Amino acid sequence: MLLSLKDLSYVYSKGTPLQTGALKNINLDIEENSFIGLIGHTGSGKSTLIQHMNGLIKATSGDVIFEGRSIYEKGYDLKELRCNVGLVFQYPEHQLFEETVFKDVSFGPTNQGLSEEEIKARVENALRIVGIGEEYWNMSPFELSGGEKRRVAIAGVMAMQPKVLILDEPTAGLDPKTKNSILSQIKQIHEEVKITVILVSHSMEDVAEYVDRIIVMNDGSVMYDDEPKKVFSHYKELEKIGLAAPAMTYIMNKLKENGFEVSTDIITVEEATKEILNCLNKEKQC
Amino acid sequence: MLRDMTLGQYYPTKSKVHKTDPRVKLLATLLFVVGLFLVNSFLSYIFSIAIIGITIGMSKVPFSYMIKGMKFILVLLIISAVFNIIFTNGEHMYFEYGIIKISAEGLKWAVFIVIRLMLIVLGCSIVTYTTTPNDLTAGLEKGLSWMRKIKVPVHEIAMMMSIALRFIPILVEEADKIMKAQSARGADFDSGNIIAKAKNMIPVIVPLFISAFRRASELATAMESRCYRGGEGRTKFKPLVYKLSDKLSYAFLALYFVIIIDLDLMARNIEALNFMMAK
Repeated sequence: MLLSLKDLSYVYSKGTPLQTGALKNINLDIEENSFIGLIGHTGSGKSTLIQHMNGLIKATSGDVIFEGRSIYEKGYDLKELRCNVGLVFQYPEHQLFEETVFKDVSFGPTNQGLSEEEIKARVENALRIVGIGEEYWNMSPFELSGGEKRRVAIAGVMAMQPKVLILDEPTAGLDPKTKNSILSQIKQIHEEVKITVILVSHSMEDVAEYVDRIIVMNDGSVMYDDEPKKVFSHYKELEKIGLAAPAMTYIMNKLKENGFEVSTDIITVEEATKEILNCLNKEKQC
Repeated sequence: MLRDMTLGQYYPTKSKVHKTDPRVKLLATLLFVVGLFLVNSFLSYIFSIAIIGITIGMSKVPFSYMIKGMKFILVLLIISAVFNIIFTNGEHMYFEYGIIKISAEGLKWAVFIVIRLMLIVLGCSIVTYTTTPNDLTAGLEKGLSWMRKIKVPVHEIAMMMSIALRFIPILVEEADKIMKAQSARGADFDSGNIIAKAKNMIPVIVPLFISAFRRASELATAMESRCYRGGEGRTKFKPLVYKLSDKLSYAFLALYFVIIIDLDLMARNIEALNFMMAK
């Protein structure tokens, strides 16, 4: 197992009147080369949970095991952990600070203490993957558009070549086109580089297409942890906690309620089209 | 990491001190501080400590909060105490070596300075613990409104102060977030000498400045689009009106001021008397 969380609990502001439990007994196993969607409404503890995975927050109780070693062990190198578990925060463009795009992306690899050629190779590679062309490399990151800044910031983490890449709402506030292109680039990275990706979002629609496992968080604990189709079959429960299944799931369920013989575990528009056509053809035959 | 600062943060609870008009609290702080610098006798200080103690008790703010705030001035306290002890000339010398002189007067002054500083910080923190920043600036605005006659832009100053205060927690949170994001990219804020540490802060300071400017310009736009046009003709949702308890507080404040001055005069008379007797 690449990364395991064992009985993880976290309490905010312990011992003050503002004390609140943020995470309660979380148990998760993250396998190598998986693509996971972590979903929950605002305040469900998603962001707190992912910060435990690279040791930015220390759990109140429980353990985090990365590649067989507890990260709370004495003398564990947290800096190295953070290079292996790359975390892209929400609105990562707010962390850009260097004079040029290239320099900003090389901040991570430089902190890793790599050789100059290695840094150069990694930065160029990362920028290419996120689709930032060479003409941008010597520009100031503050001259770029919102979507471009976001890509540069993601490249900044990718250039460290982590084994696990965690992205907290990577598409928040972006237009649909940029959103899709960033998500498909992430999918591409996952397939080409064979890294584990955890995509945090509150939108089922966004992640449904890409991930092969969905973890639903509610009120600091894990509510569902399964493959997307099985999770979406609980669409009524999901609604109760302020989430929703993809629109196609609703359409197929409505059709079935109205007497059409269709399967309901459908997520994407393409699948839905196929299924509806199938069903119509069958009816014609009758 | 940065959120644990307690100095000057509002502590939400219900108490008589919380309900007092902010103008009373501001004037009380001012008189309290002026008083502490006017008087020089142990009696007045003991009386002031007692009054502060009663006020803390009435404010229902846990004493541990007050102590936590003290940590930030500890260095200042130690430095001023040490300087007073070793550099004061006096009649009763205990020890003398070059410029280092330890005298009875020096010790007495050191104790006074420490008590004074602690009382000032305590007095001011009671006000900030029991008054929301909004109330504080509203009190300041109304309390100083007479200065408008001499062309001081009181409303604008108060508005700037309340915005500045409002933005402190936001910027602290932002700094915390940026520090975490840069740590995730392998940044190190703890090791190295002071110059290396300062350099390591650049990846935090630059984004923090940029976001502060962005927020400022967004806020200005938001205020303008809600027709904010300065203090002229602006009314309050909750206007400040003195209650009976506020008037009583003023009376107590005057009484306190008279008492510490009297105690001080008394102490001076006794000292002078002792001095004459000795001669």
